[in-house]
Amino acid sequence: MANSVTQRAGHAENLANKPGGRDQAAKICKGLGVKNPPFAYHRPETLDEALLLLAQIGEEAKIMSGGQSLLPVMAIRLGQPENIIDISQIRGLDSIETESDIVMFGALVTHSQAEASPVTRDSVPLLHKAMPYIGHRAIRNRGTLCGSLAHADPAAELPAVALALDAELIAASTDGARFIAAEDFFSGFLSTTLQQNELLVGVRFHQAPAGMLTSVQELSRRHGDFALVGLTCVLQLSSDGLVDSAALSFFGVASTPSRATQAEQSLVGSRPTTELFEEIANMVSNELDPPSDTHASANYRKHAAGVLTKRALADCMSQTGVLT
Amino acid sequence: MSNPTDRSASQTPAAQAPAGQTTRRITVTVNDTTANHDIAVRQSLSDFIREDLGLTGTHLGCEHGVCGACTILLDGQAVRSCLMLAVHADETTITTIEGLAEPDGTLHPIQQAFHESHGFQCAFCAPGFVMTTMALLNSNPNPTKEQIREELSGNLCRCTGYHTILKGVETAVQLYGSGRRDASETTDTNRQDGGTANA
Repeated sequence: MANSVTQRAGHAENLANKPGGRDQAAKICKGLGVKNPPFAYHRPETLDEALLLLAQIGEEAKIMSGGQSLLPVMAIRLGQPENIIDISQIRGLDSIETESDIVMFGALVTHSQAEASPVTRDSVPLLHKAMPYIGHRAIRNRGTLCGSLAHADPAAELPAVALALDAELIAASTDGARFIAAEDFFSGFLSTTLQQNELLVGVRFHQAPAGMLTSVQELSRRHGDFALVGLTCVLQLSSDGLVDSAALSFFGVASTPSRATQAEQSLVGSRPTTELFEEIANMVSNELDPPSDTHASANYRKHAAGVLTKRALADCMSQTGVLT
Repeated sequence: MSNPTDRSASQTPAAQAPAGQTTRRITVTVNDTTANHDIAVRQSLSDFIREDLGLTGTHLGCEHGVCGACTILLDGQAVRSCLMLAVHADETTITTIEGLAEPDGTLHPIQQAFHESHGFQCAFCAPGFVMTTMALLNSNPNPTKEQIREELSGNLCRCTGYHTILKGVETAVQLYGSGRRDASETTDTNRQDGGTANA
């Protein structure tokens, strides 16, 4: 398909490189919106229409709702999708629904919407606590939970929340729908096990049982930045005060969100004490294998992960008031 | 996935992929003016506001969602206009910095408060800060200092004039609740505020 926008932009670029061609180039560019790379735009009004489009266009299509992850990627030319399927106008995907012990967030539920919902606060407290760490207000007003999960940035909070809570992601295609467990969803850096013809239509969490202790800890250069290291933590105590179950789900330490399973296993069945938490923190530092980059060295991240683990466990126990 | 094969066989989807659009007509209300516009779908909302509407008060710093200079109100909520496509604004209501002052030039209380508190240095970031403050005070007319810092944390000021900006918001909290006041009155009050703000 000939893309007139591309042609005009190319023509303008040629002109701008010639002596005296700048004014003429500017005229051609006027109203062109050259910030984003060119793409063909589709705005389906129903889910069926969107799924059919996705099936037809396949790998050259990107789904966009709030655009808070995809537009920066396009702006700095990390990605140049040929087709964008804008799902933001599809009705019926923007609700938070509770059914028996399941809470389901539709594909178009924004961070702000989830943050303000009493359902999130009461039934998925870990998610509620993670919200303030996600970008800034203006980002949360547009960005969606499902968009963040599908984008799968390993330093983002929500993938780690989904992993800690054993959330299920709902993938739809023209062939039907399937549930994907969070642990099977994140397959690599910015990669998921969603198929080319699948759209993430929702994410569902189990309602938090009574007494669930939760904490979110994060270390970042500036407030609102992606995490250097972050941790979402869930503890459940038995009636005799021992740890019944534990989830330590880290972000920013690998190409996907990852759980410190050895440390989790050592917590289960133990009595929660500051001494134990010290041990667990050391285990976490040894267990994780984070990368070094310009922001922090691997050793620094390992150390910080241990410190955050101690803080998270102490924060959980402060919710019971019985730390010994 | 239970039974993925039965329907796909009959569809042969790839053969008939629709071309999609490269331009589109949108209807948008900006600062109380509603109009139709034909736009390129890849145009950012910020470029649309600045270039097509000529409203250059919305500033562009980073153009990828980091600096907050391009913040506008979309249906009353603060959003980054550089992180939206103009097509996303179809059938919405937008307020930009140009929509705040009265037609006769009388400043909006938030602008007045920033002015009085010396919240503008080079003022490149100012439209973003003012619009973010507007969204904050519309949803929470009496924010604490902590809340103000939290809500403004997404806006960067490269002059690093944050203290006077925060003071501007605190002054705006007072002005906003009590309505507009004339210049002499605000100046007097400002002196008192200035002396006690950091006490």
